[in-house]
Amino acid sequence: MEQEIKLIDDDGKRLDGRKADELREIKIEAGVLHRAEGSCYLEWGNNKVVAAVYGPREAIPRHSQDPLKAIVRARYNMAAFSVDERKRPGPDRRSREISKVISEALEKVIITNKFPRAAIEVNIEVLEAEAGTRCAGLTAAGVALADAGIPMKDIPVACAAGKIGSKDNFGKKIGGNIVLDLGKQEDNFGDADLPIAISPRNGEILLLQMDGHLTVEEFDKALDLAIKGCNIISKLQKEALLQKYQVDVEAY
Amino acid sequence: MSREKREIVTPSQLLGDTNSSKAGRGTFIEKGKIYSERMGLLNKISDFINVIPLKGRYEPIEKDFVIGIIEEPLSSSWLVDINAPYPALLHTNEVPWDVEFGETDKYLNRGDSIMAKILDVGIEKNIQITLKDQKDHNLYKISGGYITNIEPSKVPRLIGKEGSMITLLKKYTKCRIHVGKNGRIWIKGENEKISKVLQVIKKIETESIYYGLTDRIEGLLKKDANEVQ
Amino acid sequence: MTLTSSIKRDYFYNLVKNGKRADGRKFDEFRNIEIETGFISKAEGSSRVKIGNTQVVAGIKMDIGDPYPDSPEKGVMMTAAELIPLASPDFEAGPPREDAIELARVVDRGIRESEVIGLDKLCIEPGEKVWMVFIDIHIIDFDGNLFDAASLAALAALFNTIVPIERMRPNLERLQEKIPSIKNYLEENPKDYQLPMNEPPISCTSVKFNDVVVLDPSLDEEEIAEVRLTVATDKNGDIRAMQKGLNGSLTIEEIKKVIKASIDNGREIRIKLEKSTGN
Repeated sequence: MEQEIKLIDDDGKRLDGRKADELREIKIEAGVLHRAEGSCYLEWGNNKVVAAVYGPREAIPRHSQDPLKAIVRARYNMAAFSVDERKRPGPDRRSREISKVISEALEKVIITNKFPRAAIEVNIEVLEAEAGTRCAGLTAAGVALADAGIPMKDIPVACAAGKIGSKDNFGKKIGGNIVLDLGKQEDNFGDADLPIAISPRNGEILLLQMDGHLTVEEFDKALDLAIKGCNIISKLQKEALLQKYQVDVEAY
Repeated sequence: MSREKREIVTPSQLLGDTNSSKAGRGTFIEKGKIYSERMGLLNKISDFINVIPLKGRYEPIEKDFVIGIIEEPLSSSWLVDINAPYPALLHTNEVPWDVEFGETDKYLNRGDSIMAKILDVGIEKNIQITLKDQKDHNLYKISGGYITNIEPSKVPRLIGKEGSMITLLKKYTKCRIHVGKNGRIWIKGENEKISKVLQVIKKIETESIYYGLTDRIEGLLKKDANEVQ
Repeated sequence: MTLTSSIKRDYFYNLVKNGKRADGRKFDEFRNIEIETGFISKAEGSSRVKIGNTQVVAGIKMDIGDPYPDSPEKGVMMTAAELIPLASPDFEAGPPREDAIELARVVDRGIRESEVIGLDKLCIEPGEKVWMVFIDIHIIDFDGNLFDAASLAALAALFNTIVPIERMRPNLERLQEKIPSIKNYLEENPKDYQLPMNEPPISCTSVKFNDVVVLDPSLDEEEIAEVRLTVATDKNGDIRAMQKGLNGSLTIEEIKKVIKASIDNGREIRIKLEKSTGN
């Protein structure tokens, strides 16, 4: 019988040494691109994403325009070299679904009625992927939007929680741990994955997806944990934005 | 000399409440609390809380002076890029020439630049501009010189209190400088001087958040003038 | 298409007639070049190259596949370039358009024709299985001169590439059932090793406007360019590839000048490349 990978040991240590409620290391930099109106480079564990914002500008084609507000188009794309097995360039169905749920999350916080008939374009490029790219992408998009000067009610932030290690070496269910920010192995071999995005100011949920198996109690725990993660990352986003303006003024 | 920065706020930052303050530009109200809607500089005047955006497209207001670049001549109008989310429309009625139907390209073509005024901004943000109305500013087709851009939100800084900064710049470089509210700037003068103006504009853009900028810029310009002598 | 004001064009024309460029560079001077390698751990090789504000990321992925019928003992290489919408307000999402295709093909030819990759050393079993090298170029910030930035990024990434025996071991072992001699291959090559590479040619691009030729065009200069010429030269100062673009023309004098500037700058860029990849 195949050896079951132990995702979390009896001392509560995960494969990469993290505790159940610990995030991977996150680095955020705002305003990294020259042409884009707003941009962000973000590293989250081994995830590396770049987000760029263009707009608001007139939405083309004309029939896509909304006479009352701006439309928000997020495009999530993975580079061919971002994964172990080279990915064929171009959007696949997974990318298009992620693009859609991210667009919808962003639309809620952007003050779109200021720009009727316009489009706000958010491009998210995953240069390296290791579980949690949609959360990394949305978090970077939030920073890029703020960097671009797009009026927003809040800076959206995303994080995932999940359930791991609920089978013993004989494949029997024995319970499980709710952990924050699934790593690669945990995503592949764990029991549930719950990525969410929130508006940190009031805790409203902007994005919610779940796959796997959770009891209602487990869901509550996971959601709570993911929201805690989001709040920590929200601080990092704001720091990154303010960091950009620590300009070194040359003496004259 | 002060290196103090004005306070920078992030979107959704809590700035005050409606009991003690009024919500000014760049803010929104939710449940009696005032929040910032953008990355910007906090600006409190009397009991108004304002946020001056650090970045963002030009949002056209009627009567604004702008510098536009012709995108496309249509049969009785031109589509003009004014660095706003939307192109503006210049109708043949709004130019000083007698333009026949279909002859718009004889007067203004793609790539030509004009100094214009915002005539009207409709509900769906349909923007109309004009070359008539010479009251505050001469409006015409531009030639020669150089056009550069800065963030529209920094235009007031470039102009300065009662025009102090821009007057300084014109005085020391002997260039003609026209600053559009849309962040486009037309500079005309000797090539060397134009380079100088561009340098200074860049400095203003980077340091706009610091106090004491006008003095520093004056110092810079004086120093160069002395070096030349 | 980007809208350039005729005023900008006239200004640049004037400057250049007086021997100046808008950013103060000499006519045959490159912008600042930065090369970083190996920052994408999932890729077999990767690089990030900046020329001025133009920024390109290249990733190399390797896989095992069938050789081309007319070269049964040589590895296979493929180059793709994406002008992703991230990089410029004018880049649209969608399948690669001509610019991206031309870019990929020019970079590909430069590497293929000069046999920069030791493809003959990438055979696993003649006529059956070889290594495939996928070069993917991602433009992430566009400020002029994609040809040189993309070529340099591809080269830097390739020099940083390891042949992933360890990652592909399960695949190789599976193939042993059909092709027993792979066992020998694995014994001879038990670990990851550096991708075999030869001397690279370095590409240098120039554009002409108002009868003046300048090297390493900025975005502004590219927008008013009438003709473009890319010349790739090798260590000995010989020419390995050329590509003319746009619908203007060049005199023989101008072509000679471009070749000389390309050889001189190519030399310096090669040194930078060697430093960054520890070669």
